[in-house]
Amino acid sequence: MSGPSTYVPKSGFSRWMDSRLPLMRFAHDTMLAFPTPKNLNFWYAFGAILTFMLGIQILTGVVLAMHYVANADLAFNSVEGIMRNINYGWLIRYMHANGASFFFIAVYIHMFRGLYYGSYKAPREVLWILGVILYLLMVATAFFGYVLPWGQMSFWGATVITNFFSALDQITPHWGSAIATWLWGGFAVGDATLNRFFSLHYLLPFVIAGVVALHIWALHVPGNNNPLGIDVKGPQDTLPFHPYYTVKDAFYVAIFALIYLAFVFYAPNFFGNPDNYTPANPVVTPPDIVPEWYLLPYYAMLRSVPQKLLGVIVMAGSLLTLLFIPWLDTSKVRSTRFRPMMKQFFWFFVIDCAILGYCGSQSADASLTLGSFALPLVWIARLATLYYFGFFWVIMPLLGIIERPKPLPTSISQPVLAAAE
Amino acid sequence: MMTMKVLTLAFAALIATSASALAAEDLSQPQEPIKQSWSWEGPFGMYDRAQLQRGFQVYKEVCSACHSLNLVSFNDLSYEHGGTGMFSDAQVKAIAAGYKVPAGPDEKGNTTDESGNPLMRPGIPADHFPAPFANEEAARAANGGALPPDQSLLVKAREGGADYVYSIVVGDGAKPPHGFKVVEGKYYDPYFAGRTIGMPPPLRDDSVTYSDGTKATLDQEAQDVTAFLSWAAEPKLEDRHRIGFGVMLFMLLLSGLLFLSYRKVWKDAH
Repeated sequence: MSGPSTYVPKSGFSRWMDSRLPLMRFAHDTMLAFPTPKNLNFWYAFGAILTFMLGIQILTGVVLAMHYVANADLAFNSVEGIMRNINYGWLIRYMHANGASFFFIAVYIHMFRGLYYGSYKAPREVLWILGVILYLLMVATAFFGYVLPWGQMSFWGATVITNFFSALDQITPHWGSAIATWLWGGFAVGDATLNRFFSLHYLLPFVIAGVVALHIWALHVPGNNNPLGIDVKGPQDTLPFHPYYTVKDAFYVAIFALIYLAFVFYAPNFFGNPDNYTPANPVVTPPDIVPEWYLLPYYAMLRSVPQKLLGVIVMAGSLLTLLFIPWLDTSKVRSTRFRPMMKQFFWFFVIDCAILGYCGSQSADASLTLGSFALPLVWIARLATLYYFGFFWVIMPLLGIIERPKPLPTSISQPVLAAAE
Repeated sequence: MMTMKVLTLAFAALIATSASALAAEDLSQPQEPIKQSWSWEGPFGMYDRAQLQRGFQVYKEVCSACHSLNLVSFNDLSYEHGGTGMFSDAQVKAIAAGYKVPAGPDEKGNTTDESGNPLMRPGIPADHFPAPFANEEAARAANGGALPPDQSLLVKAREGGADYVYSIVVGDGAKPPHGFKVVEGKYYDPYFAGRTIGMPPPLRDDSVTYSDGTKATLDQEAQDVTAFLSWAAEPKLEDRHRIGFGVMLFMLLLSGLLFLSYRKVWKDAH
């Protein structure tokens, strides 16, 4: 990929194998010799970090599934059995639960990095779209997984999310509820729902692994983008992936794992909701139903719209918008480094997402008190939602036309020279 | 949990500074839990075995009259064979034998004795703590409609954790502020949601007589039982802290070595 193969089989066996199933050639070309721009910075390590986290989640998840019981009467206690009676069960479960959060921390940084350096622009549109699909699969998997411990938030989270479909009743009466009933396998979230969510939670990670393979394939055809956002001009601009990026990625994976494990061992319930240590109870609604932190911005957008169906459409739209980014950005320049206006809008977008997350974490009627003036959070969420959509659908297309980018360097190996001109 | 607490406190302080100047205390909202310093907090925190023994005594003699501890077995109380508890195997055996648990059918297939009572047998270490009530309805009927929650995970299932549980215990039965009406049969507790709690003040000075000679003040008893319940909710905490220390050292070493390798490999890349 990305140029002719440089693999030379050395032994008799590898020559024999190479003419039958060139696995070694494939590994050599994609993981060792693969020419990689030499200016990739820290933010490019998150691909490796995500692969590492997917591995951790699958490994710990397979072990958890050996001890977990997908039954509405037994699930909660089976998780506590893992915590109390299975050797190192507490470690495996805390790694898995915190692993989900750190998987999302990594994917958000990875996505913001792609946005900042214009990694979605031609010829990397398919790479970006596969990434969005991966993200949506992660969201689905995480949602199913959060239901499994069958605590109060599991149950009520599942109820709220699956009820989104009943909003469709407003267009096609009864059809939305029919879909919800079909999803539940009953007339409410119950044992049947838990069983199918467990099945899907076990299935989807392998789908993710498959799409990851496509994602990496789609990366290796055009090759990596880089912080300058300019094309690789020749071999002087690249380094072989191994050992340069294997060692660099390994270092950052270790740092990331260090932080992740610090949470596993010293603050394992930091990202969790205490209510999920109370068994699911269909007749007691918790005072505030909140999703996991990584879904809070969408939850804020949903609640910022006073009409249920429109709210669901806005929330779905916020996710689907990501698929169109390659064509919404009209600028010829990839990297935001050379886009003075985009830089400001980009960072405001990052802050906007954080504001949405904060609004989603607070109760629906909360307000921000500034002196004697109380500003309802829902209005902040509305403005933030407006900016979220405005950033992609208005600012991105417009900036490409009105913005004057800074001059681009001539090549990756001569960025300083170009800047001096 | 602790970081979350710090964040919550910081945020609460922020809100408080902007709001408190304007309004008097909002009696519909609970007070922040009283911050205590617990022996198991921090990366090297461990439970205090003597405190856990005292806390168990408070649970056994007071709390267990209404609160179940379904997820904990007598065996869990042992510190032998890699256990995380606070008693020896022999002590655990004696404790278990002091409880009556439902027995299986006898050799003739009877499940009740001559007078129709369910057959019971003395507990063994493998048994879990028997619940004080047969079911939720019985528990509510005996407690004025309120349901005493199971205490196995209580500390982890409440915002505020150990501080919250401690505050509820010491705050229960406090004198309500002027103008606050407490419903008949309920009690004022400034730390409980709505400030009205169904639980009668569970502890007072000398509710128990500690066998280790510790003076049984209300504060002491509340501290001790909170320690026991924290252990019950997170019995593997000490293993977690111990292993975590080794893992952190290893990861630091690994990161350091990888950093040096990274520097060496990249030295002549430019």
